[in-house]
Amino acid sequence: MNELVFFINNVIIAGSVTGSIYAIGAIGVTLIFSIMRFAHFAHADMMTFGAFMVLLLTTLFPAAGTSIGVPTALVMLPLAMLLTAVLAVGIDKAFYKPLRAHGVKPIVLVIGSLGVTLMLQGLIRLFSGTGGQSLYVDDRKEIFRLALPFEGARAPIVITEPQLYLFVITLVAVVALHVFLNRSRLGKAMRAMSDNPELAQASGINTNTIVAVTWVIAGGLAAIAGTLLSLDVTFKPDLSFFLLLPIFAAAIVGGVGHPYGAIAGGFVVGFAETLAVFNWNVLLRPFRDSLPTWLELPSNLAFVGTEYKIVVPFFILVAILVWRPTGLFKGKVI
Amino acid sequence: MSNSTEPRDPTYTPRDATPARRFPVREIVLFGALLAAVLAVYALMGAAYSTRMLVEAACYAILALGLTIQWGYAGQFNAGVMGFVALGGFCAMLFSVPVNDAFWGTELPGELGRVLLYGVAATFLVVGASRLDRLGVPGKLRTLITVLLALVLYLVVISQLREVTNQIQSQAGFVGGFGLPAWVGWIVGGALAGGVGYLIGHVCLGLRSDYLAIATLGIAEIIKAFLKNSDWLTRGTATVSPLPWPTPGPAELGFTLSRAVYLSITAVVIAVIFFLLHRAYHAPWGRMIRAIRDNEVSAAAMGKDINKRRLEIFVLGCILMGLGGGMLGTFNSLFDPQGYLPLNHTFLVLVMVILGGPGNNLGTIFGAVAVYIIWIMSEPLALFLMQLAVSFGEGAFGWDAPNNMDSRALQARVLVIGMLITLVLRFAPKGLLPEKITHHG
Repeated sequence: MNELVFFINNVIIAGSVTGSIYAIGAIGVTLIFSIMRFAHFAHADMMTFGAFMVLLLTTLFPAAGTSIGVPTALVMLPLAMLLTAVLAVGIDKAFYKPLRAHGVKPIVLVIGSLGVTLMLQGLIRLFSGTGGQSLYVDDRKEIFRLALPFEGARAPIVITEPQLYLFVITLVAVVALHVFLNRSRLGKAMRAMSDNPELAQASGINTNTIVAVTWVIAGGLAAIAGTLLSLDVTFKPDLSFFLLLPIFAAAIVGGVGHPYGAIAGGFVVGFAETLAVFNWNVLLRPFRDSLPTWLELPSNLAFVGTEYKIVVPFFILVAILVWRPTGLFKGKVI
Repeated sequence: MSNSTEPRDPTYTPRDATPARRFPVREIVLFGALLAAVLAVYALMGAAYSTRMLVEAACYAILALGLTIQWGYAGQFNAGVMGFVALGGFCAMLFSVPVNDAFWGTELPGELGRVLLYGVAATFLVVGASRLDRLGVPGKLRTLITVLLALVLYLVVISQLREVTNQIQSQAGFVGGFGLPAWVGWIVGGALAGGVGYLIGHVCLGLRSDYLAIATLGIAEIIKAFLKNSDWLTRGTATVSPLPWPTPGPAELGFTLSRAVYLSITAVVIAVIFFLLHRAYHAPWGRMIRAIRDNEVSAAAMGKDINKRRLEIFVLGCILMGLGGGMLGTFNSLFDPQGYLPLNHTFLVLVMVILGGPGNNLGTIFGAVAVYIIWIMSEPLALFLMQLAVSFGEGAFGWDAPNNMDSRALQARVLVIGMLITLVLRFAPKGLLPEKITHHG
């Protein structure tokens, strides 16, 4: 039974955590891709920026959360989302809009977004330093240990407070996005523009508003993902380079321009990562006695070492580009 | 445009409508300023330091030429220059470092060879299984068999490989080199980088260019992770040094002279590449490449094989990056996988190309040398400015500055590079020395 608990802790919980974060990030990327038609490389740095804003606000008002019993960082999250959304709209006005107005090829916008990436990274590192910092400034990270009511299960299932918040907030964000895209006028206009920008414009949709709304949503979601990731581990200014590839892989696996696909893609990539670094020998150990004697299992049966984690999203990306460039959910072929 | 009513001159022969060769004012001014900057650096920092800077700038110029082929000639954006540079550096290390008898004298090479043979055999088995449908096996069953077989065989081979590499690491340290001249490593590095570029390009070049950017970004990180963690092959974070030079080293000639000799080698390589690229650019092949870049649909309508040409260009650029990476690695005389940074080896090269003039080889070389000088000189400048800011802050507001100001000042250069990229794209998208587009009448 202990092996099963180990599996739940290391694969199911860890995979859901990474999967949720990739999913929230991939939704933003895929929305930008479908409205503005370019791969936004600065998205992972917008996440870091959001987390950094939370860190800054939490350091300024460390006691704000204790009065209502939640971590201060979560109280500051809405404010950080707002700030990140403002930043996203500002970046678009300052850097992407002039390029779009020039009618450049989308790949030039990609390079521009790489420039923005570097600028954001430089700014964040300039102000935060290069080391890691915990978002729990004044309060303590709660860790819940759930003992299983089975015989022989001595190890408990371990889940931390930020992980619970992460699952709840992911669910809320996804439902809110679903309602927004399907019920509200703006959401419908966004879907129209993603299908056909010229037709949308001709039928009286203000494309500039849609672009701004897209950036607000993407920025807000990026702040959520960055903050929750930093809550779970620590805040580091160089989070972004490890996030970028899995997020793009998730968006492409789900089908570009397909928000629900991006959610599925995020969980596919997240679980693939945790399954690939999981040591399968642990699960086979109980059956060791019943295995034939010629089959001697090596002690390490992981597919890749943790240091090669980044290979997994890349492999998924290449596989999907070779076999099904439209993604699992028939996104756009671009 | 000629007037159609005008009677045609029977003696008229079509001429190349290239405008008469103008006096290259812009080039002369820019290169004059560059020369002045180089001389200023020589006067300020001394000959040994400045020659080293020039050699590194020359190696970067090779990288930039590789990127200008991909971005300037064909509009492909490679966001993973670092990976190809690291491959070149790795090959330069592997081929030039002396032979390690602690490895070759034992049975370990045989073991390693056996595992590699297992790997090849496993690959053949999996490929064979993927063809099972030709024997009448249903498609879904074939996919299932192939995937399961691949997983199991992969696990078998990888666990054997782990055993052997652990033994190598504990008994011999690392594989060591082949003890060959460094230029063999440069050529193999170029070939290896080209091979990786072929695989990536094969997957991505038929799709939109964004996918290529994402994939190259990923492969660069993977190559770096592999080199960093394969201690048995590269000594990982322990780094390998010194790498022997193909020219007499500083011990025999002194720093300045030996670096000057190395510089002459890089200069010859650049000259050869420049000449060949110049010929290719003006050849029918070059016109075809530009036609594809400027209007893909009409080029395809004229029967050009777009994906094949794109793949050629991409592989050619990657080869140059591997070559330049090898020369850079040998010159640094140190192989440190952690020293390969996206900022230094991808974005700096990108700035060189877009600032100098994508598609213009002369502009690219100018951009490489100029940007590298600014980059090197910005380090002391950033430290100085940061110190100024700190002392001002302390004096005016009693601000207690954090003690890691130095590393933060260097981060400010990231900001400047990012700003340069966005500003150049917006205000001077063709660079300082734009590509001269000739119109044929």
